[in-house]
Amino acid sequence: MSAELIIHQAGPGVTVQDLGRSGFLAYGLSHGGAADRLALAEGAALLGQPEDTACLELAGMGGTFEATADCRIALTGAPMRASIDGTRLAWHASHLLPAGARLSIGAAESGSYGYLHIGGGIATPPVLGARATHLAAGIGAPLAAGDRLPLGADTGTRTGMTFTPAPRFSGGAVRLVPSLQTDLFSPAERDRFTSTTFTRDTRGNRMGVPLLSDGAGFHIDGGLSVLSEVIVPGDVQITGDGTPFVLLSECQTTGGYPRIGSVLPVDLPRVAQARAGDMLRFSFITLEEACTIEARAAEARAKLPRLLRPLIRDPHSISDLLAYQLISGVTAGDDLERNTP
Amino acid sequence: MEHHPASPAPDTGWPRIRTAGYDGFLVSFADRLSEPANRAALAFRAALDAAGWAGVEETSTSLTSAYLRFDPLWKPHAEVQALLADLLATQDWFAAALPTGRRLWRVPTVYGTDRAPQLAEAAAAAGVTPEAAIETLSTTRVRVQTIGFAAGQPYLGELPPAWDIPRQTALTPRVPVGALTVAIRQLVLFSVSTPTGWRHIGQTGFRLFRPESDAPFVLRPGDEVLFEQVTGDTLDRLAATGPDGGATAEPIR
Repeated sequence: MSAELIIHQAGPGVTVQDLGRSGFLAYGLSHGGAADRLALAEGAALLGQPEDTACLELAGMGGTFEATADCRIALTGAPMRASIDGTRLAWHASHLLPAGARLSIGAAESGSYGYLHIGGGIATPPVLGARATHLAAGIGAPLAAGDRLPLGADTGTRTGMTFTPAPRFSGGAVRLVPSLQTDLFSPAERDRFTSTTFTRDTRGNRMGVPLLSDGAGFHIDGGLSVLSEVIVPGDVQITGDGTPFVLLSECQTTGGYPRIGSVLPVDLPRVAQARAGDMLRFSFITLEEACTIEARAAEARAKLPRLLRPLIRDPHSISDLLAYQLISGVTAGDDLERNTP
Repeated sequence: MEHHPASPAPDTGWPRIRTAGYDGFLVSFADRLSEPANRAALAFRAALDAAGWAGVEETSTSLTSAYLRFDPLWKPHAEVQALLADLLATQDWFAAALPTGRRLWRVPTVYGTDRAPQLAEAAAAAGVTPEAAIETLSTTRVRVQTIGFAAGQPYLGELPPAWDIPRQTALTPRVPVGALTVAIRQLVLFSVSTPTGWRHIGQTGFRLFRPESDAPFVLRPGDEVLFEQVTGDTLDRLAATGPDGGATAEPIR
């Protein structure tokens, strides 16, 4: 009997995610997968396992979890208040979750999507080559209290590590490349778009995020109707009322609304993670610049495992130090020794 | 900046090669739907797959375009664009044969009644009686022009010119899975239950996306379909036999 993760309580948007499915666009199925793919790379680095290992995506809110065997966990993406049996846990870090202990994860403190990774990964049966829940296509469903998920065998042992995540949890600057329909928008309209400060709307989900601004909506010249055409994640489509909508991993595969540009993959987590009211600004760069930036980002992701450092704990902040050390599983157990001269 | 070298200037005729996002190209054969442009898109995608270029990660088609996603670290955009231009130059794609392995599907369909309440309205928009509408719709062999919007969901055409009717301005709150709908000389057979501006004229028991199955996607671009009329009782009986709802397929030779 392999270990299981028991869901005792879950927020409304807790789903199993990985890197999604490739190869089914021609059949109308978009890739899907984690809204913040960088968070997957971070979790993989913390636990020393492959980036496509399935984990739990926590949209806005976590839940209460228990494992039936000791396991390693890592917490990445939008920082959330987390604790094991009442002891506060650092986010952007790996920990040991002892069998039977209660892991509680609350609401996001900033950003939208938190991730709970488990050593060995979630081992639900793959569907079309991946474990990712694709809500729009009806593959899988949000998790609910009482669900039990099988866990894979964990080959690693290290916990108690942390890193400094790339900042992306409160909006900011987002880079676009011109795409197939950019020229349908006049230069003046494009300039207006890039000089507008948007806020993320309260609506928004894994398919896409609408953007609000004070000015008039955006429109293409002459209002001509556009033939339905291929959509890729990152496309900024302008809907009928002039509202821009940044499409995310679970977007439709084709659509008839014109698209003003396409967000760089490396900047897409910043859009996905922005929460209602966070500000976003867009600028166009060339494809050559985009290639340089993406290559650099790929190198940075590959380097993540080398940027890990042990969690440093301030003994004064630990309310029950003695008990804490006796629970040998909660950290690697040697944090204090390692970090005390 | 907007006129990047890898994005050709507009209005240079067809076909056109444009970038799609950071890591894709779109090879388009027209900016409005036509039979030759749809055939060209299907044939060009088949040629892309047959070429087997190392850095290509995925291909697909829309109504009149072939899409290619690649790894920009494999080759720069300009080199991929040159490869695409060379492949385009090898033949007249508008005259290309349709892909091989296509099938003709016969899909039992209830037209009108309370199962598909907008048949009369759609017939009126097309300027024909409901009986004449059923006669045309149930005997016109339509082709899967593309699959998109939702998993496994086909856009089929082309219907006679009278069926160039607009979509509704107001959305139907929800059509069921298997709903046959019409607009702009096309049929859409819904794989999901969703709001739509297309008019609901027929109902089938055909499930088009079966994620739990070894063959999750039933239809392929290029397949042809006849939506043959049956009664409600017959459809109920066929729907009880499984996810095909009585649909059958034969190879097109």
